[in-house]
Amino acid sequence: MSQKGFKAIQERPDRLAPGHRMCAGCGGTIAVRNVLKALHPGDKAVVGNATGCLEVSSFTYPYTSYEDSYIHNAFENAGATLSGVETAYLALKKKGKVKEEYKFITFGGDGGTYDIGFQSLSGAMERGHDMVYVCYDNGAYMNTGIQRSSATPMYADTTTTPVGKNSNGKPQTRKDLAAIMASHNIPYVAQTTFIGNMMDLYDKSEKAIYTKGPAFLNIMAPCPRGWRYDAPDIIDICKMAVETCYWPLFEVIDGKWKLSYKPKNKLPLEEFLKLQGRFKHLFKPENQHLIESFQQEVDRRWEELMARCE
Amino acid sequence: MAIKERMSGNEAVAFAMKQVNPDVMPAFPITPSTELPQFVSSYIANGEMDTEFIPVESEHSAMSAAIGAEAAGARTMTATSSAGMAYMWEMLYVAASNRLPIVMALVNRALSGPLNINCEHSDSMGARDSGWIQIYAEDNQEAYDNFIQAYRIAEHKDVMLPVMICQDGFIISHGVQNIELLEDEKVKNFVGEYNPRHYLLNADETLAVGPYAVSCYGMEAKRAQAQGMINAKQVILDVAAEYEQVSGRKYGLFEEYCLEDAEYAIVAIGSVCGTIKDAIDNLRAQGIKAGLLKVRVFRPFPGREMAQALRSCKSIAIMDRSESFSSQGGPLAAELSAALFQAKSQAEVIKIVYGLNGRDFTVEDGEKLFADLKNIVQNGSKETEEYRYIGVRE
Repeated sequence: MSQKGFKAIQERPDRLAPGHRMCAGCGGTIAVRNVLKALHPGDKAVVGNATGCLEVSSFTYPYTSYEDSYIHNAFENAGATLSGVETAYLALKKKGKVKEEYKFITFGGDGGTYDIGFQSLSGAMERGHDMVYVCYDNGAYMNTGIQRSSATPMYADTTTTPVGKNSNGKPQTRKDLAAIMASHNIPYVAQTTFIGNMMDLYDKSEKAIYTKGPAFLNIMAPCPRGWRYDAPDIIDICKMAVETCYWPLFEVIDGKWKLSYKPKNKLPLEEFLKLQGRFKHLFKPENQHLIESFQQEVDRRWEELMARCE
Repeated sequence: MAIKERMSGNEAVAFAMKQVNPDVMPAFPITPSTELPQFVSSYIANGEMDTEFIPVESEHSAMSAAIGAEAAGARTMTATSSAGMAYMWEMLYVAASNRLPIVMALVNRALSGPLNINCEHSDSMGARDSGWIQIYAEDNQEAYDNFIQAYRIAEHKDVMLPVMICQDGFIISHGVQNIELLEDEKVKNFVGEYNPRHYLLNADETLAVGPYAVSCYGMEAKRAQAQGMINAKQVILDVAAEYEQVSGRKYGLFEEYCLEDAEYAIVAIGSVCGTIKDAIDNLRAQGIKAGLLKVRVFRPFPGREMAQALRSCKSIAIMDRSESFSSQGGPLAAELSAALFQAKSQAEVIKIVYGLNGRDFTVEDGEKLFADLKNIVQNGSKETEEYRYIGVRE
């Protein structure tokens, strides 16, 4: 596609206006800006949003940061809400009351997607609505103050899995939501994060938006407060998440798994962990075995993914 | 000419749904309202309706999708009962505060526990403060007529609030009665086209729905919402007057039955009113001045008007088909007692809880209650409990 030139894409007007109240170094807003950039200029969209940091910081009455029509409903129902909007579109289009083409994209954090909004998401995907559900996954309930979710990686220090004398952080591993969404047999599922010039994110967003039917995008979107890093480090963290295979980049197109990037030299997990305060306790000498067990889990999942992608 | 038919309440409301033909219906099955989405699905399958049906995976998603669809600019309806509405609870408030004129057909059923599928008003009464207009029916004819009037009330520019059209589970929903239906064209003309002022899919303006509002803005939103509910009272009456022109059937905020000169009155909601009317007919034949005030509209609450209609009564029994566990009666009793107090009523009031979990209320129960009301006036109220159950094994 000719519009794919990096410069041309970056020069597209932002559909998330500046002036919102998200933190410096927040991955959520990077995700939203770049996903919305994948909408072709002139195409109309309705943007949905689960309750969370993004909603309370980008649509604080009487201001909105969205250039497109936008709806926030509640925490746990972004999937169902947008399925209602999309169905209204079908009904009104059929009756000739809406003539323009619309795209439907909704954003939810991992709390609103992996956990409380999971049923609503699953239902919307299963029903086959022509919409994109984007999870900006920062691996905890950040809006309420960094509580663990089912997306939180093992051993992360959160306010409900605090590190202490009898605790090494979250005891469980994270849910593999992208795989679960792929099991819904929807036409497009992808996992990505912020890498290089964002073309991986752009390509996947464009495919998700312009694939007919339901699509799910899982975007690792670091949170400086919850992960405890300096704002400029976000790009290094994302790079290390991918190079260590903690956060593999892949697509599932019509059921076919496809790896987007295979590191030449898979780096040890420490390269990802050491950049973040939430894993600081793992670097105490007596906790070496925890890093080893975490590494084993990452390796197991990576091999499983490679097998799926063969 | 009106069409004479025999129908259950669910059949009648589904027929009204077909005639109104809204744009979108998300719904989830639950007894006893399940038939409504079933009938609608059949109408759609047979090409008799062009509503888009969303077979959602829960009632929470039903109301969430209804909010999305209505905000997008589609005339939207749903149907549910009991636990289904309880599961929507959070979203009921969002629908009302976003001023979305959704119509819900509620088939009243007990909330658990114990798990029970029969009639009670605990579902809608629990949601009485959610910001929805609530209109109740005595029989299938009223359920049908109320549904046809609903969108005209909900979508009125001075109201812009969702409406719950309530009918008693099984007693009305599954009880077959004679009914008079309007012709399709009459319904279509009465309800009219939906042309929302602001909606997500308007190509000429974008719209953002559902903001975070800090304390310097939120209260004004609530106040404006309250005004919509205040305005609804007159709109309900105006719509009813217009409906009378096309149907010949008269509706108000409530119905007065032998109330003009009544010394003893029962105030009740729903199907039990037919039973009470029979009791009144028997008592009137004996010269006893018994009367009924049947509440049609519970939200907005016509307290002043009801107190005025009850002015001749010496004693009043207010009947609730739901417990509020306040230890002094149900919600209708609480709100009407307050209105009677404001109107400086001197009537003795007893607060009755009846019919829970589908327990029957008979004509004899009604006659006995009137006898109690008479006794209270003649012998004073001290001997009787002000708050009591009818039809229960103590």
